[in-house]
Amino acid sequence: MKDSSLVIGGESFASRLIVGTGKYRNNSEMVAAIRASRAEMVTVAVRRVDLDRSREEGILHHLDPSEFFLLPNTAGCYTVADALRYARLGRAAGLNDWIKLEVIGDERTLLPDTAATLEAAVELVADGFKVMAYTNDDLITALRLEDAGCVAVMPLASPIGSGLGVVNPYYIREIKRRLMVPIIVDAGVGTASDACVTMEQGVDGVLMNTAIAAADDPVGMARAMELAVRAGREAYLAGRMQAREIAVPSSPTAGMLDRERN
Amino acid sequence: MTTSAQGDGEAGATGIGPGRREVSIVLNGQRRVVEGGMSVRALLRQLELEPGMVVVEHNRRILARDALSEAEVEEGDRIELVHFVGGG
Repeated sequence: MKDSSLVIGGESFASRLIVGTGKYRNNSEMVAAIRASRAEMVTVAVRRVDLDRSREEGILHHLDPSEFFLLPNTAGCYTVADALRYARLGRAAGLNDWIKLEVIGDERTLLPDTAATLEAAVELVADGFKVMAYTNDDLITALRLEDAGCVAVMPLASPIGSGLGVVNPYYIREIKRRLMVPIIVDAGVGTASDACVTMEQGVDGVLMNTAIAAADDPVGMARAMELAVRAGREAYLAGRMQAREIAVPSSPTAGMLDRERN
Repeated sequence: MTTSAQGDGEAGATGIGPGRREVSIVLNGQRRVVEGGMSVRALLRQLELEPGMVVVEHNRRILARDALSEAEVEEGDRIELVHFVGGG
């Protein structure tokens, strides 16, 4: 089955893998890993310039916005007001009017504050943003974020940075079945098999950061993730066989020789 | 750029020449003494920051790049200079 490209908010992306840029050991490794992942959309965070350190630490010194679609995020925000502030600062950088919205509700799990996320989404959409909203694997919130005008809804596979993989594939599938906007699973992927299983649920894409950045060899893992995302997507499109809890022989049962007695 | 003579607790250089007016501002959460009435663009130049690489929030208002020259730094101003860094 021929796949179509991923279209979010009117933009077309050849890759269904979106990657973050945090936690790399250095910038050259980050750039090499992102290139190896073949991702086009790449997330970045908004932070104070460290006036006591190198002025070159800004990511635009290392990632060319004409090579990658840079998606600013509101990571680290715990309130609607902070999320709006970070989103507007990100937009003022002049790259685009997109935002990866996240409003965190709990420090231990980094689970989203879904009520605050929804409130922020409504405001940002009204302010002209294209909002990709990070959320829980909760259908009702996902539906409301879609109603709010988000261009993509991004349920987690499991907590940010946990590497636990998809803890609730049924909820992910149900969100995909019920929403029209692209569903990007954001956070929780730990290794290639997780990415593959995620894509096998039929979602439109997957967003990851730590799984690549914290691998022993981030470039190698980025390559593995690229393959895994494509493999999972193709397996989904191909339509998997029905699982059964009993064996069914692959070779013909007819035409066998007479069985020898033991 | 000259080194600050403002004493303890003042971060970085002020570059304030003789006869100029000093003002105290909060820059990225740190108190600093700079020249009063200088433009935000001049402040960025003094900090060796490229205007195209940072976003400026001046007293909670985001400054468009073409407004950096008109915006003046005054006593008590709160200025945030942000940029994109690695994140997920």
